[in-house]
Amino acid sequence: MSNLFRGFRAVFFKETLHVRRDPSTLFFSLVIPLLQMVVLGFGIDTNIRQINTVVFNADGRRESRELIDRLKNSDTFHIRRYVQNDRDLNDEIIAGRARVGIKIPVDYSDRLLHQTGAQVLVLIDGSDSSVAGQAINVTTAIGLDESLRRVLKDRGAMAVEMRPKLLFNPDSRSPNFFLPGLTAVLLLNVTTFLTAFSIVREKERGTLEQLFVTPVRPLGLLLGKLLPYLVIGFAELCAIVTFMRFVFQVPIHGNVLLLGLFSLPYLFVSLSIGILVSSKANSQSEAIQLAFLTFLPSIFFSGYIFPRETMPKFFYVISYFVPASYYINITRGIILRGAGLSHLWLDALALFAMGTLLLVVAARRFQKKVIMA
Amino acid sequence: MATAPQSNGLAISAEHLVRRFGQFTAVNDVSFQVQRGEIFGFLGPNGSGKTTVIKMLTGLLPLTAGKALVEGIDVSTDPEAVRQNIGYMSQRFSLYDDLTVTENLQFYGRIYGLPPDRLKRRMDEIVQLNSLSPYLDRLAAQLSGGWKQRLALGCAMLHEPKLLFLDEPTAGIDPVARRQLWDLLFELSGHGITFFVTTHYMDEAERCSHVAYIYYGRLIADGTPNSLRELPDVQPHGTKRVEVTTPEVTRALRFARQLPGIRSATIFGQSIHALVEEHFDLNDLREQLLKNGITVGEIRPLAPSLEDVFVELTYKHQAETEAARV
Repeated sequence: MSNLFRGFRAVFFKETLHVRRDPSTLFFSLVIPLLQMVVLGFGIDTNIRQINTVVFNADGRRESRELIDRLKNSDTFHIRRYVQNDRDLNDEIIAGRARVGIKIPVDYSDRLLHQTGAQVLVLIDGSDSSVAGQAINVTTAIGLDESLRRVLKDRGAMAVEMRPKLLFNPDSRSPNFFLPGLTAVLLLNVTTFLTAFSIVREKERGTLEQLFVTPVRPLGLLLGKLLPYLVIGFAELCAIVTFMRFVFQVPIHGNVLLLGLFSLPYLFVSLSIGILVSSKANSQSEAIQLAFLTFLPSIFFSGYIFPRETMPKFFYVISYFVPASYYINITRGIILRGAGLSHLWLDALALFAMGTLLLVVAARRFQKKVIMA
Repeated sequence: MATAPQSNGLAISAEHLVRRFGQFTAVNDVSFQVQRGEIFGFLGPNGSGKTTVIKMLTGLLPLTAGKALVEGIDVSTDPEAVRQNIGYMSQRFSLYDDLTVTENLQFYGRIYGLPPDRLKRRMDEIVQLNSLSPYLDRLAAQLSGGWKQRLALGCAMLHEPKLLFLDEPTAGIDPVARRQLWDLLFELSGHGITFFVTTHYMDEAERCSHVAYIYYGRLIADGTPNSLRELPDVQPHGTKRVEVTTPEVTRALRFARQLPGIRSATIFGQSIHALVEEHFDLNDLREQLLKNGITVGEIRPLAPSLEDVFVELTYKHQAETEAARV
């Protein structure tokens, strides 16, 4: 058994020396992700507010102005301009200066008065689906509310009242939603490059070829390379979580130690991906290209931005093969939902299995096609 | 060790080695034997299969056909035991630039699984042997070519291999370091260590106790430098080699090539090497040259150089291949 991992200790010590000799690697892998996190954490608001809106109020009487005030007060719409004809209304949207155009017809107040049903035209720019969705929801809700108010004349109660209660993130704070997922992407980014570069550099220098003439075994070599970077990845995780908690004030509802423990298999997978990349790439630039192949699926198919459940069947199945899917469930689970071992052990196990598989595949690739000149 | 080396006095026994890459045959039916303690010079033009043969013998490349015993161990069945028993130094020296001399040595010692006390003893010996002591704490990147090469050699010998593969060990290093390396190789071979050395330098080939020449996948010469010089193909029956020193080599060459009895002639610095008929009169040659206003220094018989040997054998091989094609 120990024969299978032959050379592990020697490679591990050597790799630690490389890291110590090259503090810039350490610096970049620890500080750059934090910078990215600060920029994205402050810069991105996942709640849609203050949509640019243009209004053509052909009526202009009190009822129509009240309606416009209600739209303004919703915080969803920001009225940039009032126009006086249909053409300008359209132009504003086509030019991208407004995403929503609202036209209140000339007979709006009259129809309300005669209770013949007033209509308001809402033009929505469909080129951004989340903005469009929000605009539809809010305008529809305001319309419904306005109608009910007139029918009930603030006397009776509503027959059915929905009372939504947001669990885990009651204020809908963006960082709470955004940062636990970002953790997965940042860790993947850093760790994949660490192992990939470390091996590709040896290919470029010719030292890998030299190693293959020694009795070192592929698994010993690869694990010796992986472990020091697992430590760096873990340090990175600690830094990210500390930032998340104290700079972005994201409350951690679950057990931090469990988060640390369940991050290990994810780090293991990302490092193994880096090793697999290095078994194919012969230069650092090739390694960068290959590593990027793994990043986009991790962002888009992991549920980080778009929910996995809404994906077409095919891509939903694919998302099961994306390690970040499991890890995002773990981070959001522990940090936001206060999930525990019993809820998440399967995700951790899946990650560990993936990592092992990738590492063994990489080891076999190294064993087989030993460098050809 | 699992496999007990057979002690038949052979460091390497290669029998009918073949290696194909798809349609291309890089190594074509190559056989040779290397005795223990020899310095075996393996020569050939770039791309002729030298490195491929090394990779086959070190277990890096599987054999397409044939059999190779290295230190008595079959490389196809137990490449790991082979690797434990050999040292290998590549042409790029393969050191870790950001590690110090000591750290490089320690790393290779640990890779071969030397226990700490033996590692320490071996490191002292290697440092002594290669005169590395002033540089122990220097990063490998800061060493000059010659010192890098000594360090690389040291790393390859830490585990006391009986057989060392040196792939162009002197490429790109200065003449003094080159000379010193060869002195070291002789000293070590005196202690019974076998060296398998590839090189492009003919003077290095002359120093080997055994040379082989590979030409596009085929071994076309194999023997001691002296035995190769006496090959009938190199020294055809009824011919001899002469050296003519003259300050006017180009004119002399043009003239000499026209003379009957001279089979071939080439310039070597300030002299001409010629292959002539056995009965060719050297005094006559001198007179003929003088008559044409060419100053002549010495004219003396000459043993063929290894370069002559390889040139002749290459011509002969090319002629045979041509003939076979027609």
